[in-house]
Amino acid sequence: MHATRTPTQTGPVLRACGLRMDYGSGTGLVRAVDGVDLEVARGETVAVMGPSGCGKSTLLHLLGALERPSTGELWLAGRRIDQWSEKALARLRRSAIGFVFQAFHLLDELTAAENVELPALLAGRSPRSARLRASELLEQVGLADRATFLPSALSGGQRQRVAIARALSNDPEVVLADEPTGNLDSAATLEVLRLLDSLHSSGQTLVIVTHDERVAATADRLITMRDGSFVEETRLTHGTSARLVDLAGFEG
Amino acid sequence: MSRFFVVRRLATADVRRHPVEAALLLLAITAATATLTLGLALHGVTNSPYQRTRAATAGPDVVASVLNLASGPPARHHGGRHRDRGKALFGETIFSSGLGPPTKQMADLIALERTPGVSAHSGPYPVTWATLRWHGLIAGVAAEGRDRAAVNVDQPLLTDGGWVRSGEAVVEQGYADALGIHIGDRIRLNGQAFRVGGLAVTAAVPEYPNAEFAFGGDPFPHPGLIWVTRADALRLATSLRPSYILNLRLREPAQAPAFVNARYDLPLSLISAQGIEQEDAKLVSVEQRALVVGSWLLGLLAVASVAVLVGGRMADQARRIGLLKAVGATPALVAAVLLVEDLALALGAAAAGLLIGRLAAPLLTNPGAGLVGSAGTPSLTASNVALVVAVAVAVAIIATLVPAVRASRLSTVRALADSARSPRRRGRLIALSTRLPVPLLLGLRLAARRPRRAILSAFSVAITVTTIVAVVTVHANQAHQFIAGFSAIDNPRTDRINHVLLVLSVVLVVLAAINAIFITWSTAIDARHQLTVARALGATPDQISAGLSAAQVISAIPGAILGLPAGIELVAALRHGDPTTVPAAWTLIVVFLLTLIAIGVLTAIPARIEARRPVAEILRAELV
Repeated sequence: MHATRTPTQTGPVLRACGLRMDYGSGTGLVRAVDGVDLEVARGETVAVMGPSGCGKSTLLHLLGALERPSTGELWLAGRRIDQWSEKALARLRRSAIGFVFQAFHLLDELTAAENVELPALLAGRSPRSARLRASELLEQVGLADRATFLPSALSGGQRQRVAIARALSNDPEVVLADEPTGNLDSAATLEVLRLLDSLHSSGQTLVIVTHDERVAATADRLITMRDGSFVEETRLTHGTSARLVDLAGFEG
Repeated sequence: MSRFFVVRRLATADVRRHPVEAALLLLAITAATATLTLGLALHGVTNSPYQRTRAATAGPDVVASVLNLASGPPARHHGGRHRDRGKALFGETIFSSGLGPPTKQMADLIALERTPGVSAHSGPYPVTWATLRWHGLIAGVAAEGRDRAAVNVDQPLLTDGGWVRSGEAVVEQGYADALGIHIGDRIRLNGQAFRVGGLAVTAAVPEYPNAEFAFGGDPFPHPGLIWVTRADALRLATSLRPSYILNLRLREPAQAPAFVNARYDLPLSLISAQGIEQEDAKLVSVEQRALVVGSWLLGLLAVASVAVLVGGRMADQARRIGLLKAVGATPALVAAVLLVEDLALALGAAAAGLLIGRLAAPLLTNPGAGLVGSAGTPSLTASNVALVVAVAVAVAIIATLVPAVRASRLSTVRALADSARSPRRRGRLIALSTRLPVPLLLGLRLAARRPRRAILSAFSVAITVTTIVAVVTVHANQAHQFIAGFSAIDNPRTDRINHVLLVLSVVLVVLAAINAIFITWSTAIDARHQLTVARALGATPDQISAGLSAAQVISAIPGAILGLPAGIELVAALRHGDPTTVPAAWTLIVVFLLTLIAIGVLTAIPARIEARRPVAEILRAELV
């Protein structure tokens, strides 16, 4: 089953057509992603669910231009990017894509603020404006008072909030989150869910890969994936902050 | 026993799994041990050739000569002490006195033939100080007048051509080599033409450039030795004042130094065979000093190389160590596997170094053209072999011990997670780096997170630059080695030390290049997670690659700066207090800049490979 969506007035931010990703060859061929079609509208939150090994993370890597598909087309903000050079893709990631990883992937030797400002520095922004932006984002994720802390001094939830702030550093077109609550306990999961929901409310486009139904319940659309393909699409009715705690199944 | 079996099997398996690293480790230690072998082999290298020459030429035990040019009391040359005389006495004008040899001195010289303890003699032979002109060269020579007939004390051994005859000269082999003179060449002595009829070696006079130590006068610095017929020598000296030289054989050759010392008051110059041997040994002693110093430098560099290689492998092996521990390996077993592997390689390298050093010795340790034979089979005593092996083992232990112990203490869980060590945080450098372009930002942060590796890198570069600057300094001092007052002639000593330093610097540069590549490789492996995240956040492969190279260049800068004065000081130390000319500033700047450029270029290879690894693949691997 292909998940499709009527393009908005300005067109989808992210569009994949017949996306396929193969590893190996001959009898050892593994098709991690198999003919995926997807459109994500601006401001939309899409959750992709499925069992381990179904190709969710590979799909997210393809959508985030971390690797090139074997076949298929990938469009971001109206530009076809699947044939771009590695250098061009790196620049694109820098400016248009924000990543949130399950393992946070914060740099251990950098403070929270230094981690958040890194994408801005890589993009060539001045140290001053990068630091200002990092301060704003840390304020936004509620960690202004932890700006000078090293990741090792932060809780799991705080680390993931720092990672989310880092993903927003260059005002990306889309934020791709790979199991953002996979390494978190219940309380930390709630912190992150609230943050993702506030991003959703502010119009940030989000694609979240998860195997956690509580996280998926916060999305506008839920796509179920199995063996590299989309098998089901469900439009959720306003999975928003108003019912976040109930939906997520947590105690307030 | 089973424990030994496990250690051996794991160590062997690891060598097979990483053949390139094992080969480079072998190479690094082999270079150090081979150089050390060469340095040790040079001990007494001239003894054998000098003794062979002495035997082949019926060398004298004592050489005595008349001091006809002396303006003060005569000096004694018991061990080849240099006299700086006759500086103003060059050119043909010095021979214009027209006086014969002083009667008193000649009487004293001839009286030596009958001295108790003297069993045979040859001479006295006239020695005329002459200017040699050949192919635009003007040089000072001592022309010794000899008879056609062979004698039983000091009969020079012909290496080419024939013995003296009228109008023909025989040139001492070392001098002929230095000037490029061959059989059949036409030379002029004090304006008179001679054909070079032969080349010969002798044990009665130190080989070029030290011949003056055997003669009573030395109007020329570093004169050459030429044999002509007695008549030709006197003809050259017709209006001049010749010296005379007498070769003595003693009944007790070992008593020659005492024989010389006992005649201190005579107005003659005397030198023992032992003194001549010491003068000949000076040629090689410079090489020996350079080689021994060089071998220690190489040893230090080998420690750095091995530490880098071992450190790099540790970074790569964290997960393997975790797996070993997970299946029950004790910390001691883990450390033993790593140590045994490197010790085995070190022993192999010691054997290879001994063999290479022994085979290469004749190439580097030729005692000089003026002696018969060459170093050939250098004297490698059991103690020398033990020293070389001990150095190789020490290099391996020093470099491996710390990482091995650290690996053995690494928690199993952390090792399985492939997180060997937490990086250092350098807040000021991180803040400073934000003001730099992205490659320098990444480079400075990479260098700062592993200060020990940065120090190893700087150390390696410092040793290499020291050697390069030493070579440059020797070249800068070469002009002072030319024979003053006459044509410029290369001093064989300078040529020889240049030769040795060139070989040393090539070996050092190769090792340093390997170090630079492997430090980059280790840095890349160690920082793979950070670099992958940076790429996910938008750093381009070129920026990552440039950042990795920049990290090495930044670490190399202090090493290169330290190496500049160290190289000059090294040469000053080898020159034993002789004034040392410092190379031109621009030369040092060029060495400094070329070193940094070379490091940038060398490190670009592993950096580019690492920067092109697929990001998604690494991220996936980290989740496994």
